[in-house]
Amino acid sequence: MNIEQQDFYTQAILSMAALIGLASFLMLGQGRLLRLIFVFALQGLLLTMTAALSAYSLNNHHLYISAGLTLVLKVMFIPWMLRRQVLAMHMNRDVEALENKTLVMLGGASLMVFSYYVLHPIVQSSSTIMVNALAVSLSVVLLGMLLMISHRQAVAHVVGFMSIENGLFFAAIVATNGMPMVVELGIAFDVLVAAVLFGIFFFHIRTSIDSLDVDRLNRLNEVDQ
Amino acid sequence: MTWLLAIFQTLLFVALAPLLAGWLKWCKCHLQNRQAPSLLQPYRDLLKLTRKQPVVAEHASWIFTRAPYIIFSAIVLAASIVPLIAVDLPTAAIADVIVLVGFFAFARFFLALAGLDIGTAFGGMGSSREMTISSIAEPAMLMAIFTLTMTASTTNLSFAIIHVLNEGLVLRPSFVFALFALMLVAIAETGRIPVDNPDTHLELTMIHEAMILEYSGRHLALIEWASQVKLMLYGVLIANIFFPWGIAQSFSVQALAHGLLAIIGKLAVLAILLSISETLLAKMRLFRVQEYLSFAYLLGLLGMLSHIILEASR
Repeated sequence: MNIEQQDFYTQAILSMAALIGLASFLMLGQGRLLRLIFVFALQGLLLTMTAALSAYSLNNHHLYISAGLTLVLKVMFIPWMLRRQVLAMHMNRDVEALENKTLVMLGGASLMVFSYYVLHPIVQSSSTIMVNALAVSLSVVLLGMLLMISHRQAVAHVVGFMSIENGLFFAAIVATNGMPMVVELGIAFDVLVAAVLFGIFFFHIRTSIDSLDVDRLNRLNEVDQ
Repeated sequence: MTWLLAIFQTLLFVALAPLLAGWLKWCKCHLQNRQAPSLLQPYRDLLKLTRKQPVVAEHASWIFTRAPYIIFSAIVLAASIVPLIAVDLPTAAIADVIVLVGFFAFARFFLALAGLDIGTAFGGMGSSREMTISSIAEPAMLMAIFTLTMTASTTNLSFAIIHVLNEGLVLRPSFVFALFALMLVAIAETGRIPVDNPDTHLELTMIHEAMILEYSGRHLALIEWASQVKLMLYGVLIANIFFPWGIAQSFSVQALAHGLLAIIGKLAVLAILLSISETLLAKMRLFRVQEYLSFAYLLGLLGMLSHIILEASR
């Protein structure tokens, strides 16, 4: 099945999948925290558009609610909260030096190939091209993990964690036409609670080691060396 | 008849290139609250330079004096391959897009040689920087172009454009990536901000200007003209590959005029976009160019991947 034989909805969803993947890559290579949060909000906006698009074309009204939830939580509330914390801790001027950025980016590209390779058997047995977007959502999940590994700031870890959730949400939209409403509401509140908890964690890490650089946690020993 | 048309198209390419440079400068001046020179100023500059006597250094070898002619003819040959107002011309059928990249590399090689030939510190520095940048930019450009050629299953530019035209409006994720990658490469290869600043002769940052610092008179005019044609070449590549609508598919006068108007409009819009980005961005440090270009390469790679993952038939 070639893309030119697909209907407009499928093409739009596939383009959205590509743009969401691109946003993950942008986050992976971003050294500045405020810009990282901005790209995260952008990814949330793309997700909202995808959810609204599939709600419109599949005539599936409860997806509008989940699109609205995504808009409020992932485009407005969480980025706003993270931004406020970054500004409050005066980390907006810090440029995080990524060790070997090119290598991390190429690692990300190979993760994308890997996720396609893993999903290839499913793709072949399925009749719809939509499952292709699953490969992208899996790679968004893996890229979020890579983001958490490669960055040192705790704020970046939170963004990585949230982008993993973005990948899962995208998979839910494209593969199953949306989860049941109860599950979706539950996840949305989980994310909200997680965001608040992370804020408290930031505060504690900050007061105990006077920095949000998690590499310095390795040095916490009971015995002075 | 078609050969005449092909020659006419190439001449048009060469003749319009300074106008595009003038338009770009005009947009930039207005965005930066400066008084803009006339749109025809690049033509006047070229004319003035050709009238002046070229001064050649004592130790310059034949490479230094021949290089402008070689560079200019290589770029003009490259321009003859790229469809400007009509597709399916005989020149476009002779050579494909890899030859185009080859022409660019050929011109760059002689430019770098000419920079080294004169033996000044700036020339050598400029040449080494240019080669460094192009060695990373070229794979990125090829990656973006391979995405196109895999979609159209031909490396011939003219046929690829016809393929895109015949398909009509298809949303292709891979083309989004390839478009961004090609734009980033075009900025790097034509020496615009943020990679290089074409307006200054600041010693520590210049790349392209450092190589041609010793040129004067008609030699300088030819090199300047060649770089203007190169800028237009990249603009036409971006405009005609990704937005080919309006290009003439038959050789009637009406279709050709329509094609000419379409490409002029597309290039004008592209130049406005470029001038906005040049006004907003600052030039980056030389050692960060590598990161910028590897991002372009990554975009090209992603374009290729998303072509295979999302679009290809199986």
